[in-house]
Amino acid sequence: MAQGQRPLSPHLQVYRPQITSVLSISHRLSGMLLAASSLLLVAWLVAAASGPEAYASAQVFFSHWLIRLLLIGVSLAFFYHLCNGIRHLFWDAGFGFEIRQVIVSGWAVVIAAAVLTLGFWLLLAGG
Amino acid sequence: MAQFRLPANSRISRGKTHAAPEGAKNVRRFAVYRYSPEDGENPRLDTYEIDLDSCGPMVLDALIKIKNEVDPTLTFRRSCREGICGSCAMNIDGVNTLACTQAIEDVKGAVKIYPLPHMPVIKDLVPDLTNFYAQYASIKPWLQSKTPPPADRERLQSREDQAKINEPSACILCACCSTSCPSYWWNSDRYLGPAVLLAAHRWLVDSRDEATGERLDMLEDPFRLYRCHTIMNCTRTCPKGLNPAKAIGEIKQMMAERRH
Repeated sequence: MAQGQRPLSPHLQVYRPQITSVLSISHRLSGMLLAASSLLLVAWLVAAASGPEAYASAQVFFSHWLIRLLLIGVSLAFFYHLCNGIRHLFWDAGFGFEIRQVIVSGWAVVIAAAVLTLGFWLLLAGG
Repeated sequence: MAQFRLPANSRISRGKTHAAPEGAKNVRRFAVYRYSPEDGENPRLDTYEIDLDSCGPMVLDALIKIKNEVDPTLTFRRSCREGICGSCAMNIDGVNTLACTQAIEDVKGAVKIYPLPHMPVIKDLVPDLTNFYAQYASIKPWLQSKTPPPADRERLQSREDQAKINEPSACILCACCSTSCPSYWWNSDRYLGPAVLLAAHRWLVDSRDEATGERLDMLEDPFRLYRCHTIMNCTRTCPKGLNPAKAIGEIKQMMAERRH
């Protein structure tokens, strides 16, 4: 049978999620979310520059609970992307390649992102 | 663009179930990927109930038992049964490893066995490794030297220089790492993958090799080397405990350093 007819063996469908690959794709997805959500930041800045009325209506929009929820997600993506980016810098410098270190640094990044997000919103709520 | 779904001819249907012999007390289910190029049908997942009381301890023992006693058409590669030939590399319980060194008792529940991921399947658990081997050949995995060897002895190395190539020389080219790498899944036509890059690194750091520049030139490419995004599934899955991701990181550093 021709080679092109051969089936492709299953991949994503069967490969057990690994701390390595899950954090890697999360880095990518969080980066994409941050790029997309920078539009929100721009919209807010434009509203602020356009005068008090535009700013007031932007504030209404941004205080909607659904947008709030999205912003919490964006902040989590930001802190995760930041922390994991630092992890990547260590790899680029040649450190932390042993699999034990990879697992420890991976969980450290997840925990750090969660703590920073929590702290960030507590700070906002307090201020 | 990466194709996440399986093509229509590759989707897996439910297959047959072969029940355990009567009186078997210690039964374990093995779900095995089956595909025959001759019947024109899609791959399927057959289930075999195996009595572990009459089976060796490793997943390969179970596969051999199935082939000998239940279904002689089951096709897989195996040779050394001690983790040194790399033939029986497959996806067991969701990760790539060697069937001969994977103990059945370390797998919880039904033992799911698929061929190495994202490869063309020749039959059952036998993937087509043609591209993988061609990529290995492309990095010229042999000593390249312009200066003639000493007349009275081999090209000697210090212990330190030998230590640099000890670990990567233990690679058995089983392809577990390359086929665990999502980046290799989506780009195996142009990205060399962890196993081949580990081999490339082994020759780059060999103190006797004199083709370092040419070797780096060959890897200076957006795909061949730089599709590695440090996902690290390779190192996580290597059944020999080697570290392809670290080797690739060192190649990237060599690239960066020679630009200055």
